[in-house]
Order: sequence, then C-alpha cells, then structure tokens
Amino acid sequence: MTKRLFVKGNEAVAMGALEAGCRYYFGYPITPQSDIPEYIAREMPALGGEFIQAESEIASINMLLGASACGARAMTSSSSPGISLKQEGISYMAGSECPGLIVNICRSGPGLGGIDASQADYFQATKGGGHGGYHLIVLAPSSVQEMYDLTMLAFDLSDRYRVPAMILADAVIGQMKEALEPHPYVAPDDLQPKDWALIGPGERGVNKVVKSLYLGDGELEQHNLKLHRKYAEMQEKEVRYEGYELDDAELVVTAYGSTARIAHTAVRMARQQGYKVGLLRPITLFPFPKEAYKHHTAAGQKVLCVELNTGQMVDDVRLAVPCVEVEFYGRAPGAGSLPTPEELFAQIRLHCEVRS
Amino acid sequence: MSIENVEAMKQVFSRPASLNAVQTHFCPGCQHGVIHRLVAQAMDAFDIQAQTIGVASVGCSVFLYGYFGIDVIEAPHGRAPAVATGAKRVHPQRPVFTYQGDGDLAAIGTSEIIHCANRGEPITVIFVNNTTYGMTGGQMAPTTLPSQKTSTSPYGRNTSKDGYPIRMTELLAGLEGTAYAARVAVDTPQHVLQAGKAIKKAFQTQLRDNGFGFVEVLSTCPTNWGMNPVDANARVAEEMIPYFPLGVFKDAAAQGE
Ligand SMILES: Cc1ncc(C[n+]2csc(CCOP(=O)(O)OP(=O)(O)O)c2C)c(N)n1
Ligand code: SF4
Ligand SMILES: [Mg+2]
Repeated sequence: MTKRLFVKGNEAVAMGALEAGCRYYFGYPITPQSDIPEYIAREMPALGGEFIQAESEIASINMLLGASACGARAMTSSSSPGISLKQEGISYMAGSECPGLIVNICRSGPGLGGIDASQADYFQATKGGGHGGYHLIVLAPSSVQEMYDLTMLAFDLSDRYRVPAMILADAVIGQMKEALEPHPYVAPDDLQPKDWALIGPGERGVNKVVKSLYLGDGELEQHNLKLHRKYAEMQEKEVRYEGYELDDAELVVTAYGSTARIAHTAVRMARQQGYKVGLLRPITLFPFPKEAYKHHTAAGQKVLCVELNTGQMVDDVRLAVPCVEVEFYGRAPGAGSLPTPEELFAQIRLHCEVRS
Repeated sequence: MSIENVEAMKQVFSRPASLNAVQTHFCPGCQHGVIHRLVAQAMDAFDIQAQTIGVASVGCSVFLYGYFGIDVIEAPHGRAPAVATGAKRVHPQRPVFTYQGDGDLAAIGTSEIIHCANRGEPITVIFVNNTTYGMTGGQMAPTTLPSQKTSTSPYGRNTSKDGYPIRMTELLAGLEGTAYAARVAVDTPQHVLQAGKAIKKAFQTQLRDNGFGFVEVLSTCPTNWGMNPVDANARVAEEMIPYFPLGVFKDAAAQGE
C-alpha cells in the first residue's frame, strides 16, 4: 500500500523539492509561505544541503542565481511582495539562462494588501514580471498532491530548457491540508548534464561565463531570439491542462489553482441539475493551453473564466479563442472574497441555458 | 648591452598567467587595470586560477570575464556578495571572489555586503573605491568626499544633505564574521606592493577557511574627475587617503596567533 500523508500544500512543495534533489534553498520569511523554509530548514542538514535564511528576497534570488550558475538544483520561495522584490534577479536568471525554482504562494495586494488567497499576480508571473521581455515556466497546482508533483516537474522543465520556473499558488493551496501520496523522484532520461555550469576553468581548460550582458551589434537580438525559440518550443511540447466534463459541454468554465477547485464543485452541482457544463483547468499558465481552448470550444461553446482577481487570465483566454464569447467572473482578492461554489453555480446558470 | 648579457638576463616581470592577453577598455590612468593585475597575481601565487569563480559587478569592471582566465558570473548591481554566496555554498572547495565598485558595494549593495560579511562567507571581496559612479558618468557615490563636485553634486557634496562618505572597511571590520579587512591604494610603487600583499592575504583567508576577506582599494577615475592621469593619481594621496586611511583594520588569523 502506498503511504498517504496528511500535509499542507506548502509542506508538499518542500517535500517535492527535496525528493527532486534540490539541495540549496534561499529565502526570507513571509506569510503564507513560511512553512516551506521551515520544513526545509529542518530537513536539509540531514541531506547535506544548504539552507540560508537570507537578509532579503533580493539576496535570496541572487543566491539562487549564484547556485544555479554553478549547476546546482536550487530554489527560493516567497509570497507576492517578496516576489516583486525578486524581479530584477529573476530577469537576470532568465537572461543568463539559469534554471531554478521560484515558488510564489500569493497573497492579496497591491502593497502590503492582505494575507489571504489571490490570483492577482497572474500577469506578473506569466508575462515576465521583471524587465526585458522574458518568460518563466509557470505551473499552477490546485491540490496538495500537485504541489508535490508539479514542484518536481518544475525542476525538470527548468533544467531542460534552462528557463527559470515558478510554482504559482496561493494561501488556499499552500495552507490547506489534504492527503498526499509521496512517490520517488525519477529523473527524465533526456535531461542533459549541465556542461554549461561553472566549476572553475581547470578541468575543461577554457573559462565560462554566465551573463546577460550582450553589447556587440546584433548579439542581444540573437540572444533574445534564442530565448523566444525556447518559449515557442515549450508552447509546442509542454502544455498541460485538465479537462472535466468537457465532451458535451455547452459552457466551458475555466479557472486555475484555488478557484479551479471551487469551480469544479460548482460544475459538479450544475451537472447534477442537467447543465451541460465542463471545466478546463490550465496547469501550465506559461506555456498557456491555447490549443485546448480552441479544441474544446470548436463547436461554438461559450467560456466562463473565473479568477480571484478583476480579470487577468481572461485576456489570454480571449486571445486563444477570439471568435468565442468569453465571460468573466472575478472577485477582487482580500479577506472574505473567496467565491463559494453556490456563487459560481449561479454564474453558470446565468451563462448556460441549455439543460439536457 | 651585448647579446650575451640579454641572454643571461632573468625575467622578473611578466603578465600574470591568470590575466588574459587582451587589451582592457579602461580609460588612460584608470587604476582598475592595476588592481586587476594584483588580483591575477594573487591567483597565480596560490595557483588557484583553474578552480576560481569570480563574480563581476555592474560598473566599469563588468568585463572582468574578458580579462581573467577564470569562470565568471555576472551579478545584478550590488548583488555580487549574494551571488557569490550561492556559488560558494555549491563549491565550498573552490575560491570565489567578487570585484565591486563603490556605487555597487556601498550604495545599492550595502545590505548584501554587510550580511555576507556577517555570515562569515569564506569569499574574497575586492572593493574598488574611486569616489564616484564611473560607468554611468561620474555621479555622486556614497564615497564621494565632502565638497567633491560630481555630475549630481555640481556644487560639491553637501554633507548636511547628502550625508558623509562611508568608510566601508572600518564598518565591515566591526562585524564578527569578517576575518580580514584592509584598505590599500595603488598610487605609489610602495602602495602597490602593500596592496598586492593585502589582496593575497584576503585570498589566503578564504583558502585557509578563515572566513570573509575584504580589501578596499582606493582608485582613480581621471575621466570623471576631470583630471589628467598624473593629477588623478596625486589626488589619491592628497584627498582620499586623509579621509580613507590605509591599513589593516582586522586580521582575525593574526590576532588568534
Ligand atoms: C539596478 C541598477 N541600477 C542602476 C544601474 C546603473 N549603473 C550601472 S554602473 C553604476 C555605478 C557603478 O559605479 P561603481 O560601482 O562605483 O563602479 P565604477 O564604474 O565606478 O567602477 C550604476 C548606477 C544598474 N545597472 N542597475
Ligand atoms: S570611467 Fe573611470 S572608472 Fe571607468 S574606466 Fe574610465 S577612469 Fe576607470
Ligand atoms: Mg566607483
């Protein structure tokens, strides 16, 4: 029988990271993600890795840059205000093609905002939150099990493409406890050795540089095009989403992370009452499952996008299916603004006339 | 001199092996080049070039990776000590050093340098103080001297509004985690020799795992000071050393002996 544990989402991230061979963690305390550094601080010494509680989020992300440049599997975690501070370092990591994991257990904002769940950092995460027009691999778990599984996947994808990866979750997914079936990490066969990593020039005889500065005529343009080609390749190969009751759906509800769980319940309620409704849950927010939206709305279905913000992912949905009617229902994040399943069911009824 | 005599001559001066045979981009009279050379000599002395990882900062020294035959990470402005920390934790057996300007280390990067020193990270920091932001065109730095005119202190640094030049070496020497902290200059042959010794000592501190080693090197920026190289060099002794005294401010290993 597989072992089942009853743990928090944040703990699952920490467990997944350590299982995937992450041996370097750099972070700074912030609610609602502190269970991650606390778990890792406790477990890392026995694994022979390094845990540093840095002086700031800025220092943490730059320690990650240094460790990653030296070839290590390494991570940092934080929550929204801290992730804002990390943006310059994330941009450097993207520019210098340093893999690594950044976990964002979002809280509400702007500013100090609140500590409750929020999806208002979607744009920041998926559009390249720092300067320079880059992208991260962005994975959006919606269960404790996925916090574990997607953390492992994030490391693999990040190493494969040399693109930093982000786990984008929030206080709901990070703080809730549910069953987790931990399983051993299996490295993908196609992961290449990090022959670009810095070890000192000795063994290879030539010196290597991890940098993002390109001043020569045309150099930076070529570099940017190279990054862009990687994003395009990920769009082709790495899209992940989950469909629920989509086959005959007249209304496609779409949501990710915490709101996808609530939407899932609402869709089930609606199905019980005969509404032809399904749920499309993006798991990769970048690359975004554009084709999935096209596919599941091919017969002229309507989409209802639900978010815990005033409308962000809905832009990507509309771009994916410009000829489809896309409705939006969002709650501005803040204490007490998490929608109930009944509330979303009411929205479904509003947009879905067809009953079987 | 006869041919026989030339053949009998011993080579006493050459390019350090750790330094690449390339031309630098530094302005005439800039002392970044001299300091590069001293760092390379220290690496040669300990025969560590092949293992060393350098961290370049944002400033006139950003092209470090073109000049040293070592592996280099380019850090964001001010963050080199954090980047070096990540590198050193991954490669505790390999020498890691940062090379930072005064804007980089003493303004935007104060938090990173203080905490890196305080953790006692066994890395070496070369801090080049030229009392200005060289690369961006000579703006006021945290080390700009009282009354010194720069492009953003056109009437001279007004200490009542702009504060005082920070003595980083003294500040860091006060931290438990700092094992070695010295300030040197390269304006005279004697000072160059002393600077070379201090830089070696800072590397030795790391290699013996004694902890954090820091060397501040007073340097010139003739271009942004609006001086010729000779006058700029003279300014080091006339104006800088009186405010930034040379010396070893901490040597934990020597104190322990
Ligand atoms: C975040 C950020 N802010 C500002 C700059 C612009 N900038 C580049 S170099 C520099 C100052 C460098 O001065 P210093 O560290 O003293 O080095 P020097 O050129 O004098 O050797 C600044 C402000 C930058 N690159 N990044
Ligand atoms: S601007 Fe100043 S610091 Fe920069 S290379 Fe020229 S003289 Fe040196
Ligand atoms: Mg300077």
